[in-house]
This record gives sequence, C-alpha cells and structure tokens, in this order.
Amino acid sequence: MTEVKWKRLPLNSNYAVAYAVKDCDVDVVAAYPITPQTTVVEKISEFIANGELDAEMIHVESEHSALSAVVGAAAVGARVFTATASQGLELMHEILHIASGLRLPVVMTIAARALSAPISIWCDYGDVMNTRDTSWITLIASSAQEVYDTVIQAFKIAEDPRVLLPVMVAYDGYLMSHTYEPVYVAEDPTPIREFVPKNPKSRIVLDPEKPVTMGPIARPEWYYEIKYQQVEAMKRAYDVVKEVDAEFGKRFGRSYGVIETYKLEDADVAVLTYGGIFGTLREAIDAMRSSGLKVGGIRLRLFRPFPYREIVDAVKHLKLLIVADRAISYGARIAGPVAMEIMSVLYRESEKPEVMSVAVGIGQRTVTEQDFVELVKLGLKFLEEKRVPNETIYWGVRGVTYG
Amino acid sequence: MVERYYKSIAELPREEYFAPGHSLCAGCAAGTIVRALLKVAGPNTIVVNATGCVEVATTAYPYTAWRIPWIHVAFENAASVASGVEAAIKVLKRKGLIDPNKKINIIALAGDGGTYDIGFQALSGMLERGHRVVYVLYDNEAYMNTGIQRSGGTPLFAWTTTTPAGRVWRGKHQPKKPIADIVAAHRIPYVATANPAYYLDMVNKFRRALEVEDGPAFIHVIQPCPTGWRFDPKLSITVARLATETAMWINWELDHGEFRVTVPVPKRKHVKHYLRIQGRFRHLTDQDIEEIQRFIDREVERVNKLVGKEVIGPLVE
Repeated sequence: MTEVKWKRLPLNSNYAVAYAVKDCDVDVVAAYPITPQTTVVEKISEFIANGELDAEMIHVESEHSALSAVVGAAAVGARVFTATASQGLELMHEILHIASGLRLPVVMTIAARALSAPISIWCDYGDVMNTRDTSWITLIASSAQEVYDTVIQAFKIAEDPRVLLPVMVAYDGYLMSHTYEPVYVAEDPTPIREFVPKNPKSRIVLDPEKPVTMGPIARPEWYYEIKYQQVEAMKRAYDVVKEVDAEFGKRFGRSYGVIETYKLEDADVAVLTYGGIFGTLREAIDAMRSSGLKVGGIRLRLFRPFPYREIVDAVKHLKLLIVADRAISYGARIAGPVAMEIMSVLYRESEKPEVMSVAVGIGQRTVTEQDFVELVKLGLKFLEEKRVPNETIYWGVRGVTYG
Repeated sequence: MVERYYKSIAELPREEYFAPGHSLCAGCAAGTIVRALLKVAGPNTIVVNATGCVEVATTAYPYTAWRIPWIHVAFENAASVASGVEAAIKVLKRKGLIDPNKKINIIALAGDGGTYDIGFQALSGMLERGHRVVYVLYDNEAYMNTGIQRSGGTPLFAWTTTTPAGRVWRGKHQPKKPIADIVAAHRIPYVATANPAYYLDMVNKFRRALEVEDGPAFIHVIQPCPTGWRFDPKLSITVARLATETAMWINWELDHGEFRVTVPVPKRKHVKHYLRIQGRFRHLTDQDIEEIQRFIDREVERVNKLVGKEVIGPLVE
C-alpha cells in the first residue's frame, strides 16, 4: 500500500468531484451541461485535455443520452461517471431505473437544484428526492471534502459484487457547488486507485468471448424475481456503504457514517436535515446551547438505502425531532420526503419523539441560524401545548404564519 | 448491384449467430435482415438494440436468440448506448483491459420509431460525434410492436391504427421522412439503403459498413411487415422486390461522398403493383395512387439527376 500524501487546495464541491473522478481513473465520462453542475465537467475536460486523466469524454446531446452512454460503457466493463442537476436529472429519469435494473455500477453526482416551473437555477432537493424509487444508492454530502471522499467511496460501493447498483452523490447547488473550501486531495492518485481497484471481470459484461443478453424482456413469471434481487442488493448495500466508509476512515483518516450527529447525547430536541445547511444548523445549535437550550442536530448522509437503525437509535431519547426537508411532496399531509421516511420508521417504535415536518430553503430561500432558532422555539411551543402539527410547516413562505 | 465482397450467397459464412426459435411473426423480414447482418458481422460483435419488434421477439427471458453479446436499454437511445460501448472499448483497449488488436464490431439496431422519431436526437448526436458504430435501421414503416401506429417512416396515404381511412381521412396525410438523406447530411463516411429482396446487395452493404474505419455508417433497410402492411406472409420478399421495381424504394449508397444507385431499374413498374397487394393501401382510389405515382416520378427524376444518367428507367407497365 502506497502512503498517501495530501495537498490542501481551495476547491468548490464541483471541483472536488472532478478531482475524485480523476483520482479514481475513470474510463468514460458522458455529460451534458446544466447549471450548477457545469464546472464539474469543465474541470474533468481539463484533466483529460492535459493528460492527467486517460478517459473518453462523450459530449452527448442531452442528459438522457449522457446516462445512456455511460450505461453502455459500464456494460462493457468501463468505470463510468456522469453529473447533472434538476431538469437534467429529470430527463435521465427513465434511464435511472434501467441503470439499476441492469445492475450497472454507474456513479453520478448531483449539484442539487430546484425543479421547473417556474424555472429556478438555485438549490433545493426536489430533483434528488424525485429519484427515491429508482434503486440508486443516494448519498448527500455537506462539505467539499466530504464530496471528494464520497465520490471515491461511491465507486467502491457501486462496484462491490455484493451491490452492483448505481450510486448518486448529491450536494447543494451553488451553496456548495460554487463555494470554495479547503480540501485535502491526494498529491499522487496511486493510494486512491489502490483503494478502488478495477476488476471489470468480477461482473457480467458484454464480451464476445462470453456472449450475454443484457436487458431482455421479462414476462410476469420472471419480472418480480429479478426486481426482488434489487431489494436484496439494496439491503446488502446498507452494510457495504458503512463498511467502505469505515475502511476509508482507516486508510485515509476521514469517515462520515450514514448519519452525523451534533451535540445530540443530552438533547431534548433535535433538528434533522441534509446537505450543506448542516453547518448553519450547527452554528444555531451552539447559539441555542449557550442560552441553555438542550438542542442537538442530525444530518442524514445516506438517503437510500434508508439508515433506519441509526435514525431510531439517534432519536429515541428525544422529546421532539424537527425534520427540515428541502423538498416538497405535493399533496402529502407530511410533505417532507425525509420526514415521511422517519415517521414511517418510528411508527412501530415504542420509544419515540414527536416529529415536526418543516420545508425550508425551497428554491434556495435563505436559511440562516436565526431560522433554526425560531423553528426550535416554535417546535417547543407546539410540544408544550401538545399540538405538534400533523402537517408540514412551510417555513418562511410569505403570507403564511404559524404559532 | 454492389459485389464488392460476396458474389453469391454460397460465399456467406455458414455460421449462424441469430438463433431460430424467436417469436417474430411468420414472414417477418426483420428476421431475414438480422440473420444476414450477423452472418456478415461474425462473433466479434456487440449489438445494441432499441426497444421494438426485434428486441421483444428475440429475448423473452430466460431465452435469447442472440449468440453474440447484446444489450437493450430503452427505445430512444440505441445510438447513445452504442456511443458509450464504442468509447469504452476504445479506452479499455488503450489501458490494456481489452486486447487492443481485437476488432469488435459495434452495431446499433433500431426500427423506424426508434430512428425517425424518438431516437432521432440520439442518432444525430452519435453521427455528429463520429463514433465507429454501424447503425442498422429496419424500417417496417409504423410502430408495429405496439400495434401498427403511424411513425415518421409511414408512407403517404398508408392506413395505420392511428391514421385510419374514413370519410375525412385517407390514411397518413404526410409523406415518409427522408431519413437516409438526413443522415447523409451529417457527412458521415457511409450511408446506404438496402432491401432484403436484393440480398447480395444488402449483405455487401453490411460488410462495407463494418469495414469503414473513419466514422459511423448507416444502413436503412426496408422491412416488409405482413402483420402491419396486411399481406400474405409468404409474399414478404415479393412485396420487397416490388418496392424496388416500382422505385418506391431505391437501393443506393453514399460512400465517402460518392453516390451510386446500386440496383438500377431500367424498366419501372407502376406503383399500383406495389400498393394493390397490401391491405394498408386498400382504401386508395385510382386518383390517390396517381398522386403517389407522381411523387415517385419526381423522386426518380431527382435521383437520376444526382447520378447524372438514367439509372431508374421509365414506367413500362
């Protein structure tokens, strides 16, 4: 094993992705430009143009073709990558299901962005949450360093023979994609490449020496069993995600878990959220703690498979859990996609907190420390009056007040 | 007729890579086309198949008719998937993960819906990027797999289930999209049209397309469909032959800018011979047929002008 040497670079999360893709020696990249993802692909193009990465770049004419092309490349055994956001992810949607159904280890990053209409180029997680049932492993990072580390982990997870499912790594559009942070990247990619060795022969590929038919039609007597294999693969992925993160930590000194907690042990109330605004939440927690409130924070890092064991353990001692979602499931009473998950997980638990679902940061409506402080205040008031709402609170929308 | 490689059918490889036992309709010419294509291509071939008749009829899990590696992803993206396959093979050869001396043919196979319509954007992208892929379009002139709905490849006045003939409508209102011309406008190295009734011409074009080294090749093959065109299954090749004899279908190739009609038709038959044996044109009046005939006459004139001599002759019967 080669000793890793780090260099500290000022990178935004988009560039952090590009460095990880280069360091993992990706073979084929296909992508279509969409704000705020564009600089990921620009940077990778630079690496290829300079000979720092030996890969084929396919400048496709749409996101649908981007994912289709990497599906084709993965099917012959290449390590593949694509990146998109918002409308691009929507255009890919059909192929999202096929990439996982064909059990191809595609890795994709998402600079999360709100969905049209009205068109918005700014951040929320409406795009990512829409992919919930596509059978992609979905990780959400909260810093550029974590983005770099998670993309590396993603290749190892996706290509694990126990898994063979595509992996999506999401982070905040603009708030992270265009915000520079210090990031430690490998000076020489060798140790990273040792961590994610290539072994295309460990899975079924299109090879004239050993012909296979990939993507046949399955009639009612077969379809269900094939899809059930995906259910099982997702279950195994839950452990593999943790295993890979732990191994990464052992090897490189950084690991993240499937959830991250902050000052949670003695907390009565906690806020759970995901992505870059967890930093804002931590600041708010510090401020609330200094005024005597026992508040903690939880960050969801793994959305699919859903880390129910860790969530249940983390929240059971709380009186109130405020789930701050960054997407809306229209028409649902509890309209926060993650709040829904958590409430369904807690339903059968005897020891559980009250859960308050809140929508924040929709279309990148600013979320400050003060917002979290006010939300906790409101939540505690509801708790005291025994009237925690049974529906989502649309925090910060003009013309609607709660209390 | 192109006779570059094979001078008789006996010279074709005996090996079969398209296995019998598939569920294509009786008389379906797609089976004829794909069988010939794979004979010419041989075992070192990867086929990317768009959703369509051939895909569903040849791969009912756990069975397959394909003795070479084959992949189906979706309807509109055979060209994009094939682009990815090609790029991957290129880079894996460079990195030593695939034997760099091994030539692997990459064939995208799609019907008219998957090419003229829903797959058009992906096809244009693949052609513009110049991937080394042979794209074979089997054109049965409607969405046959879903039950004979109109496509951009459906000819003028043809009945389909979505362009029925009634008191107001008389089949499809628009002529067929000139897909091979549009592909040729991408200035790719090789474009050809082929007809399974002119078998040697067709297999030689497959071979030529597979040997082109400097970019994509596109072969547009007419594929008579007994189910959708409404004719007796034993007449598939007769119908196909009549298409060329009436100049409803002209076999040509454009090889690096050089245009040739590969099957000249010195004496041309009237289009009524082609139309009257198909149920999909049953509703046509003599007037309608004359309108189609005038359309063909103009096309023949255009092609003859392009060649610089009369390769398609006058109407004689």
